[in-house]
Amino acid sequence: MSLTLINVLFAVVAAIGFAALNAAYLVWCERKGAGFFQRRPGPTENGPWGLLQPPVDGIKLMTKQLIIPGGVDKAFFMVAPVLAMFPAIMSFVTIPFSENIVAHNMDIGVLMIFAFASMGSMSLLLAGWGSRNKYSLMSSVRAVSQSIAYEIPMLITVITVVMITGSMDLKVIVEDQTAGFWQWNVFALLKSPLMPVSFLIFFICSLAETNRAPFDLGEAESELVAGFHTEYSSMGFGLFFMGEYANIVIGACLTTILFLGGWGCPFGLLPGVWWFLLKVYLLIFTFIWIRWTFPRTTIYGLLNLSWKILIPISLFNLLLTAGLLKVF
Amino acid sequence: MGTQNIPSIDTEIPSALVQFAISDKLINLGRANSLWPLTFGLACCAIEMMASGAARFDISRFGAEVFRPSPRQSDVMIVAGTISKKMLPAVKTLYDQMPEPKWVIAMGNCAISGGPFVFEGQYGIVEGADTFLPVDVYIPGCPPRPEALIEGIIELEHKITGWRRWPKVEPV
Repeated sequence: MSLTLINVLFAVVAAIGFAALNAAYLVWCERKGAGFFQRRPGPTENGPWGLLQPPVDGIKLMTKQLIIPGGVDKAFFMVAPVLAMFPAIMSFVTIPFSENIVAHNMDIGVLMIFAFASMGSMSLLLAGWGSRNKYSLMSSVRAVSQSIAYEIPMLITVITVVMITGSMDLKVIVEDQTAGFWQWNVFALLKSPLMPVSFLIFFICSLAETNRAPFDLGEAESELVAGFHTEYSSMGFGLFFMGEYANIVIGACLTTILFLGGWGCPFGLLPGVWWFLLKVYLLIFTFIWIRWTFPRTTIYGLLNLSWKILIPISLFNLLLTAGLLKVF
Repeated sequence: MGTQNIPSIDTEIPSALVQFAISDKLINLGRANSLWPLTFGLACCAIEMMASGAARFDISRFGAEVFRPSPRQSDVMIVAGTISKKMLPAVKTLYDQMPEPKWVIAMGNCAISGGPFVFEGQYGIVEGADTFLPVDVYIPGCPPRPEALIEGIIELEHKITGWRRWPKVEPV
């Protein structure tokens, strides 16, 4: 009994610590990366290579005045930032970092992660509705319509992968791919010839799900002040910020597990967990790269991309995979 | 920026019953090194402000490149340009919406004193941001170069922590 309690406590601390540390230092990576993509040095003066920037920002955000504007819906206003961070931390519970490093492996891990991921859009809606600000409300409506539009192709793609593997257990999905890198789902052309396409669809959807450029319509500064967190100061805003980066980590982890073979290594040089982290951080680098390379799309372009291109292709992919599985 | 020995804000605050010297210093260091400006420009000085965020000058080196679009999330207001009397209420509202602690930098001659617009019979321009805002740092120039804005930010850090990042350059 006490051993399981210690296990649970350890898992909780590790999950929160991993999420918070990643969120803090991904902000640094983002600012440094933005600097390099724009041919400037980025933060350099606070600590070596600006490495003290995240703690300094944290101190500043925590000691700033927390304004609760008059007339807001207090309950919604206070709950929304917590709800932005909480699903991301919960999702870490079932993500397998290697054969042994997983807090609690579930046979419906995929389902659980997507159930919590859809709670993320709830926080955006509550934030926009609760702040009594027309720009916040418009932005949250945009963000939610975007989340719904991109959850559909994402889930259809996941169903394709689940059909191939025959399991919703993330561990089984990875073990199915560990024979060699030609077995990774992204290269598994024998199972379904459209696998690289579904990888691309999943990656685009996870970009859009995390509300990042070029799909950051919810935070379009030129139209909507600062988006759904316009009225949030201090750590309320800080939590939204951290939630965004924690969601990026979750998106990259899922892409790695479902398509890039999880902890499977192309040639066994390092233990599996290092390969997992390497793949995850390469994907996160791609996220940052895309953000600072492409301009923001329009809301119509965004929704058209989902409803007119991604959903038909992913449905076709689903039918093709089902047919191939039936025939062979 | 002609100021020489600015006392730190620590010394101005009357001593409390319980002293938290080290944590106060740490908090001030945190505040000084992450000064997020409010995204807004009023006139041509804003072009120089943008240039100081771009590749050649880059205020991100000091952690001050995060131009926040919402006043709720910004720490320093850079009044970059001419304040007309029509714009005054908007600027004042923006300042009031910022959470404490907040600072104001008056950038350029117009924001300092009205600059070239001070003449007999002028009716549209506010003669200086300090007529209605508590200005912390004045940056002279018409418009000031990006180096001057960076010097202004370093001077503001000096004012917050009482510690200057680099030795001051003496005029020859």
